This record gives sequence, structure tokens and C-alpha cells, in this order.
Amino acid sequence: MSEPLKIKTMADCMAAGETPEILFWVGCAGSFDDRAKKITKAIVRILNHVDMSFAVLGTEEGCTGDPAKRAGNEFLFQMQAFQNIQVLNGYEVKKIVTGCPHCFNTLKNEYPDLGGNYEVIHHTQLIQQLIDTGKLKVEGGAFKGKKITYHDACYLGRANDEYEAPRSVIEKLDVELAEMKRSRANGLCCGAGGAQMFKEAEEGDKEVNIERAEEALELSPNVVATACPFCNTMMTDGVKLKEQEENVKVYDVAELIANANDL
Amino acid sequence: MHFGVSNIIFLVVFITAIVLFAKRIMTITRNIKLGKGVDRSDNASERLSTMLRVAVGQSKMVVRPVSGILHILVYVGFIIINIELLEIVIDGALGTHRVLSVLGPLYDLLIASFEILAVGVIIACVVFLIRRNIIKLKRFWSKEMTSWPRSDANIILITEIALMCAFLSMDTADFVLQSRGAEHYHEAGAYPVASLLAPLFNGLSDSALVFVERFGWWFHIIGILCFLVYVTYSKHFHIMLAFPNVYFSNLKSKGQFNNMESVKKEVELMFDPNADPYAAPPPAEEGAVPEKFGARDVTDLNWKQLMDSYTCTECGRCTSNCPANITGKKLSPRKIVMDTRDRLEEVGKNIDTNGGEFKDDGKSLLHDYITPEELWACTTCNACTEACPVNIDPLSIIVDLRRNLVMEESSAPSELVAMFTNVENNSAPWQFSPTDRFNWAQED
Repeated sequence: MSEPLKIKTMADCMAAGETPEILFWVGCAGSFDDRAKKITKAIVRILNHVDMSFAVLGTEEGCTGDPAKRAGNEFLFQMQAFQNIQVLNGYEVKKIVTGCPHCFNTLKNEYPDLGGNYEVIHHTQLIQQLIDTGKLKVEGGAFKGKKITYHDACYLGRANDEYEAPRSVIEKLDVELAEMKRSRANGLCCGAGGAQMFKEAEEGDKEVNIERAEEALELSPNVVATACPFCNTMMTDGVKLKEQEENVKVYDVAELIANANDL
Repeated sequence: MHFGVSNIIFLVVFITAIVLFAKRIMTITRNIKLGKGVDRSDNASERLSTMLRVAVGQSKMVVRPVSGILHILVYVGFIIINIELLEIVIDGALGTHRVLSVLGPLYDLLIASFEILAVGVIIACVVFLIRRNIIKLKRFWSKEMTSWPRSDANIILITEIALMCAFLSMDTADFVLQSRGAEHYHEAGAYPVASLLAPLFNGLSDSALVFVERFGWWFHIIGILCFLVYVTYSKHFHIMLAFPNVYFSNLKSKGQFNNMESVKKEVELMFDPNADPYAAPPPAEEGAVPEKFGARDVTDLNWKQLMDSYTCTECGRCTSNCPANITGKKLSPRKIVMDTRDRLEEVGKNIDTNGGEFKDDGKSLLHDYITPEELWACTTCNACTEACPVNIDPLSIIVDLRRNLVMEESSAPSELVAMFTNVENNSAPWQFSPTDRFNWAQED
């Protein structure tokens, strides 16, 4: 953790005449939310560790429009998409890794029809590829033998059928991977999707994140693993409300890998 | 052959039922076509294999093993026993007795399997009735399951039990008559269940047995014909629409929402440096209705969403997996689909009573059936679409209605309006300056 992070922007690369292999799309949460910034840095530490040539857009990145689209504001979504596609196509971006399943889904599925065609992967998929190709060696470190449960992000799981990458990465840590009752295709949402993150929930008996945190806590895990900054916030809040934050930590899969290997 | 009055009665009943059925199918087809266009003619082979797997193969039903396996029993029973219907119709029309017995050993096999399946169907339907009315499973008693949807389900289950009982008593009486060598009842078929039930009928005279056999036959065939017409007015219509509905279902990633073409045109114009900002819009075509953004009523939805609504059999798996519903919010994906169907039926009747033209009734799907509170509770998590055994997509209806709230009525919860403003001005859903977006790299 001591080494300073090496991060270039696409503008830097262009000025130096370099073409990075992959663009790291940080996302709004990863850029501005204090908790999510740690996930962003964990991803960068992994990329630095394997010497991957990557760049970020920096201040040229803008919201993909996902929350606007899910909330019904198609105009705003398409305006955001149009602007982002102009920037991405301007840099001739071919491949993107995202730190957030919502950005991942939008860039991968909804941008092509608007003129933005890129190969888009989620950071858990990239980590899995790095491990599979031997570029990243993973050891359990502090997590060895610990019980970890993985909470499926809707926009990675059901929305894009990616259930295995995060799980196979976690298993590499030599841990006990415990499954919640509702997992994979049957996983329960954390409550943040569809722009719920930005508003109070409608009247009901319970908050969705409490329901989900209770389900996770039933397993008495050491760690609840997530793959989405919004799930991370919701699960962290849920665990706190159940006063279990001393015993149960909520980490992104990227943080697990970076922390276990002292990157 | 004994051709007589009964054969004529049979033919009249049969033709009447077919005509009523066909008329109702035409109405439903017309109603579905009130929806907007959406192209689902692509990828025929993938669509076919999805249909074979999900609809024919019932792959999503067995996610819940108890109801899934029992449902398969009823489903297989229903399909196989309907082969017997073919014989019943021929016998009824021509006055023959078990005309398919010319098939020989195969006929024995068929009759034997019909009987065993009939017992299976009875058991499954009894269990279903117990689950609904005695155990009272939560998903069958939620708010939208008012008295009609609950009665509809019970009518179907009781009818199926009655039909199977009629079928088995017909077989038993026939079996006893055959073993007595009664006239007209030549020996045909193998009767694993009827032979067990035979002692019940042994005390009856030949004529009483003929009456039971005839009564069972008439009850079975008239029952099935009534059922045929009834299902078209019932949630049970899924027995027909499940197959096309799965065939035409969305094959794309569940996370991919459609990009609205109408918006695309406007946004392209906004970003086009050569566009003339003062240009008058092109003259509207004669009689053209200005396009709405999103859906306010059923006719703003697409035909597939309307087909979904007629396919729904109100099983409630969507609602019981919905995070909003689980935590006590008003949203129920099943209600969204049922409301869509009920409103579509209302619009259809309006068109029928007004000579083929819809007369404004001052109502709409949004607000009169579905409230904004329900719509804003959705997390777009796709649990409902994943859970649906026949690939109904309640989420797309929710999003289309939200689009109308936001883009036509400019009404959204105030926090979401603030989020929109932030995205528009700062390119982030929170109030941070876009120039600070890269600060994370410099922070410890």
C-alpha cells in the first residue's frame, strides 16, 4: 500500500502518443463517495500490480445516465450517453473495465445502439481473467480460512448473468464461501437499484437492505463481499443497523484481493 | 353405430363451443394488437429453443419443486388426456364405441396412462386447493388477490377434479360392461384404475351402468367444451398463451432497457451542430396523433406487454420475490400485470360498445389502476422477470409508466428531481463539481 498509485488519464496518454490497453471507467460513486473511492483504489492497485496499461477519463468522465434511465428520464440518459460516447469515441476506446455493475450494464448493453461500441467487462471479470492467465497470483492472507458470503449485484447477476466471476475470485482466497438462502439468479436486491439509492423508500414494513443484511448475518460470516459500490453502501448500513459492524466487514471483491495480497 | 338424437345434440354443443371460443380468441387478438409495434421476429431458432425449454419443458416451474412437480403432473395429464378427447369427439359424432381401439396394444397403453395420469391430476389439484384455501399460502392472499381471482383459481381446480372423476367413472362403468359382455361395449383398452374401482359398480344393473357411462361421457365432453370457453375469460388462459408468450419473450440481457427512438431523434438534433434551432417542425401527417413519451394507458404499451397481461396466471412468484413487496411496499409486479389486463379488457369492451371506436372514458392505466407510489417502489432488480415461469416482463411496464410520469407529467419524487438536476449540471447524481471528479487519485 506504500507505493503511490500510478494513474494516467486518456488525455495524458494521447499527449504522449500512447494507447492504453484498457480504459478504467471509475463511475460516480467510485469518484465521489468516500467508501467507494477505496474500492476504486483497490482496483488501481491490482492494475498497477500486474503492470496493466490502463487509463481513466478523469474529469472527462460523466455519469453514464443509468439512474436517470431507470427513473424514467430517457432524455437525460440519452444526453449523458451522447456526451460520453463522443468522448470515448474521440479517444478511440476499444475496451472498458468498470468499477460498478450499473455503469457496466449501461455501457455494455445500452450504448451500442447509440453509437458506442466497446468491449465492456466488470472488474470482477477482469480480476478473474488476470488470475486465470497467471498474471495475478492470489493468496488468502488475512482472509485465509474466514467465512465470506457474496451478495449478488442485480446488474451483474440477473441483468447480465455473471454469477461465477466474483465467486471464483473469492474462492482463490482459500476461504469458506457461504451462500445466502437467496443467491445467484434468486438473489435479493440490496434496495439501491432503479435510482432508489437517491431517494427515501416508499412506505413499508422494513428497509430492503435490512432484510438482506439479516439474511447475510444468519450465516455469521466474517465478511460480506460485494461487487457494486451501491450494494456496498446498503450492506454496510444494514450491518451497522444490526450493530454487527465489529464482527462483520463489508468489502468489495477488489478490496479482498488487494488487501489479502498487500497490494 | 347408433346415430341418433344424442349425436345431433353433441354436434350442436360442440360447434357452439368452438364458435364461442373462436370469437373470444378474435377479441383477445384484436386487444393485443391495440399495442404498439415491437419487433420479435428475429432469432427464430433461439426463440424456439427458449420456448421448448421454458414453456414445453417447464424449466422455470421447478425452481419451486413442490408446486413445480405437481404442476408438471397436471400439465402432462392435461395434454395426454386430451388425446382421449379426440376419441370422445369421434365416438360422439359417429355413435361408435372406443373407435381408437383399432390401435390394439398401443390403445391399451394409452388408456392405462390416461387413467394413471387422471389420478395424478386429481391428487395435484387437491393439493393445490389445500395450499390455496387451507394453508393459505401468502402469495395467494395478497391484496390484488380479491374474491374473483381467488374464485377463478378454485373454479379451475374443482372443474379439473370433476372432469377427471367423470372420466374415471365413465371408464369404470365401461370396464364393468365390457367384462359382462354387454352389447355395444366390446372389449377394448387396459384399465389399471377402473379395474380397482370396479367393485363399487358391481351391484349396478347393466342399464344403470350404461347410464353412468353415458353420464360420465357427456359430463366429460360438455365439461371440456365449457372449460374451453371459460379459460379465455380466465387467468387460466396461460394454457394457450404460455407458448407464444415465451417464444416472443425478450432475448436480450435483462439489464438492457430499450432506448426510446422518439427521444433519440430529439437528442440527435440537440447535438447536431448543423441543426437550425429556429426550424419549424416538419408538418404532421394527416390525422397523426402526437407521440407520447412513455405509457399512460394500455394502448401506449407494446403488443408483447399486452400479451404478457393475458398470459399471466396470477401465480404470484414475481410478487413473492419482489424486494419492495417483501418489505411491505405497495408494489406488486403481479398487480401491475393484472391491472394491465383488466384495463385492456375495459378498453376492448369500450371499443365493442362504441362501434369499433374507443370513446374516451376519462380513465387510464396510470393513476386509475396503477399509482405512482407503486411505480416508485421498484428497484428494477429483475427478480420478477426471473421468477416468471412464462417470461412475463412486469418491469418493462413499470419503466414505461415511470417514463410517462417523468417526461409527460414532470412528476417524480423530489429527491429524484434533485438527482436529475445533478446529473444534468454536474454529470453525477450528487452535488459535486465535475472538476473534482478526479480528486480521488490525489487523496490518501
